[in-house]
Amino acid sequence: MSSHVTPKKTYFAVFGTLMALTALTVAAATVDLGGLNTVVALAIAGCKAGVVIWFFMEVRHARPMTRLTVAAGILWLVIMLILLSSDYISRGWLGRSQGW
Amino acid sequence: MNAALAPPPSAPPPAETPTHYLNANYGFRSWMFTLDHKRIALLYLASITLFFFIGGFYAVMLRLELVTPAGDLMSAENYNKSFTMHGVMMVFFFLIPSIPAVLGNFLIPLMIGARDLAFPRLNLLSWYIYMAGGMLTLYAMVAGGVDTGWTMYTPYSTTYSNSHVMVMAVGIFINGFSSILTGLNFIVTIHKMRAPGLTWFRLPLFVWAHYATSVIQVLGTPVIAITILLVALERGFGFGFFDPKLGGDPILFQHLFWFYSHPAVYIMILPSMGVVSELVTCFSRKKVFGYKFIAMSSVAIAVFGFLVWGHHMFVSGQSIYAGMIFSFLSFLVGIPSAIKVFNWTATMYKGSISYHTPMLYVFGFIGLFTIGGLTGLIVANLGLDVHLHDTYFIVAHFHYIMVGGAVMGYLGGIHFWWPKITGRLYPEGWARFSALVLFVGFNLTFFPQFLVGYLGMPRRYHAYPEEFQVFNVMSSAGASILGLGYLIPMIYLTWSWRYGKLAPPNPWGAKGLEWTTPSPPTTFNFEETPVVTEEAYAYAQEQETEESH
Ligand SMILES: [Cu+2]
Repeated sequence: MSSHVTPKKTYFAVFGTLMALTALTVAAATVDLGGLNTVVALAIAGCKAGVVIWFFMEVRHARPMTRLTVAAGILWLVIMLILLSSDYISRGWLGRSQGW
Repeated sequence: MNAALAPPPSAPPPAETPTHYLNANYGFRSWMFTLDHKRIALLYLASITLFFFIGGFYAVMLRLELVTPAGDLMSAENYNKSFTMHGVMMVFFFLIPSIPAVLGNFLIPLMIGARDLAFPRLNLLSWYIYMAGGMLTLYAMVAGGVDTGWTMYTPYSTTYSNSHVMVMAVGIFINGFSSILTGLNFIVTIHKMRAPGLTWFRLPLFVWAHYATSVIQVLGTPVIAITILLVALERGFGFGFFDPKLGGDPILFQHLFWFYSHPAVYIMILPSMGVVSELVTCFSRKKVFGYKFIAMSSVAIAVFGFLVWGHHMFVSGQSIYAGMIFSFLSFLVGIPSAIKVFNWTATMYKGSISYHTPMLYVFGFIGLFTIGGLTGLIVANLGLDVHLHDTYFIVAHFHYIMVGGAVMGYLGGIHFWWPKITGRLYPEGWARFSALVLFVGFNLTFFPQFLVGYLGMPRRYHAYPEEFQVFNVMSSAGASILGLGYLIPMIYLTWSWRYGKLAPPNPWGAKGLEWTTPSPPTTFNFEETPVVTEEAYAYAQEQETEESH
C-alpha cells in the first residue's frame, strides 16, 4: 500500500544502532551504578524500541491515525509503568511490614 | 468467493421462502469456512453456550459441596480444581467473548450499514483461535485439572502447584489473540465502514460501547498474554520474574495480572451496557437521555478502568501509598457508571414503557448492576477492604456485576435480537416467566453471600464453620432456581428456532439500520448501502404526535 520504499542502507544503519545499543547494555551491566542500574537498562531498551517502531515498523511514514494508535499503545505502557512504580518506589517508606 | 451462493435472480417465485444468510447454502463446509459475520456470530453462540454450561456444571458442584459445613462431597483439592475451572470457563471463555463475539459480531455491520466486518477472514480466524484455546483448557481439565484459581497467583502457580498449570496457561494465552483480533476488527470497521450520513454521534450506543470495549481488548489483552507467558517461562525454565529466591517479586504478577483483569471486567460489562442503552430507548419509545454522555462515559470507563487495578491488592504487600492512590482512582470509576444508570432512568421518565422480556432484563440489569457497583465502592475502601478481602462479600459483589449485570444484558440482547438472528419469535410468556425466575434465583443465590462474607466467611474453602450454614443453604437453593432460569430459555429458544412464529423485519418497531433488513438478513445485509439522515433513536416524532392529541 505504502508507495515509499526504504533503502537497504537505512535498515543496515538501524541494525548497527541496535547492535551498538546492545553492546552498551552489556557494558553498562558490568558497571555498578547503584539505583541507576535499572534506569539505565530501561532507557537503553526504550531507545531500541523507539528505533524499531520508528524505522522497522515504518511509523515515520505512517498516516496520523496509525501514529495515534501507536501513541495510544505507548501511553498505555507508560500508565502501567507509572502506577507500577508508585508501588515499587513507596513500598519501603513504612519500613518492614509487621503484617496485618 | 462463495461459488455456491446463488445471487437471487431478478424475480424469485413469490411463494418460496426468500434467500437469507441461513439458507443461502448448507453443509458443514459452508459453516466452517464461512466469512459471513452473522454465521461466525452463530458459531460463537454455540461454542460460548457450551463453555457456559461447562462452567455452570462446576458452579453446581461448588454449591452442592457448600450445602453442608463439612467438606464431604469433594476433597479440598477437587474443590480447588472446581472453582478454578468455573472461573476460567466463565471469565475467559464465556463472559469476555459473550456479547462482543455473538451480538457485536452479528450486529455491528448491520447497525452501521456495512456488508460485513472490515476483515472477515480475521474474524473467522479469531473463532478458530478461540476454539483452540478452549480445547486446550478443556484438555487441562480432563487431564487432571488445575488448582490455582483463575487468577493463577504466583508463587503458587509457578513453583508449588502440581497441577496442569502449563497447559491451561497456554490455552488462555492462545485465547487472548482471539479477543485481540475481534477488538481490532471492530475498531477498523467502526472507523472505516459507516454508511454515508452515519456520523460518530449518530452511531447506536451499542456501537459506542463496543468501540470502547475493543480499545480495552487491543490495549489490555497483550499484557495478560505476556504475563501468562512469563509464568510459563518461570515454571518451565526457572526464569526469575516472580520468585524472590531468583530475584523476582510475586506481587509483580498481581500487578500485571490485574492491569488486564480489572479492565477485563469492563470488557464484560460495557457491551452489556450498550445492549441496555438500545433496549431502554426502544421499550420507552423515547429518545435516549443524554446520548453524548452515555457514549463518552463508555470511553471514560475504558480509560479509567486501566488506572485502578491495585484495588485488588490492598492486602497483598503492595505499598500502602500506592493503595491510597488506587483506592481514590477506583472511586472515580463510579462516576461514568453512575452517569449511565441515571441516564437510563431519565430515559424511562415519562416514556411509554412496555414490559416485554428484553425490558425485564433491563430492569434486572439496572437494579443488580447498581447493587454490584455500590458494593464496589465499599470494597474500594482501603480500610474496609482489609476486613472484606477474600471473603464471600467479594464473591457476591462481582457476581452482581458479572451475572446480574453482564449476563442479564446478554440475555436481554439475545431476546431482543432473536427475531433478527433467527427470523422467528420466541414465546413471550415463557420468556417473561424465566426472566423472573432468573431474577429471584440470582438474588437468593448471591445476596446471602454478602451477609456471610461480611460475617467473615472466606472464599475458596470447601468446609466452613457451622454458623454459616443457613446462608449457604439459601445460596445453594437459589443456585438451583438460577440454573432452572438458564435451562428454560435454552429450551424455548431452541424450540422457537424451528417452531416459533415467523418474525417480521421489525417486530419491536425499533429504530436502527439492523431493523430495516429482512429477518433474517440476507448474506450481504443490504441490497443498497443505506443513507442515514436522522439521529439515533428518533422515537420523538411518534411521541409528539401522541402528545398532540
Ligand atoms: Cu477491579
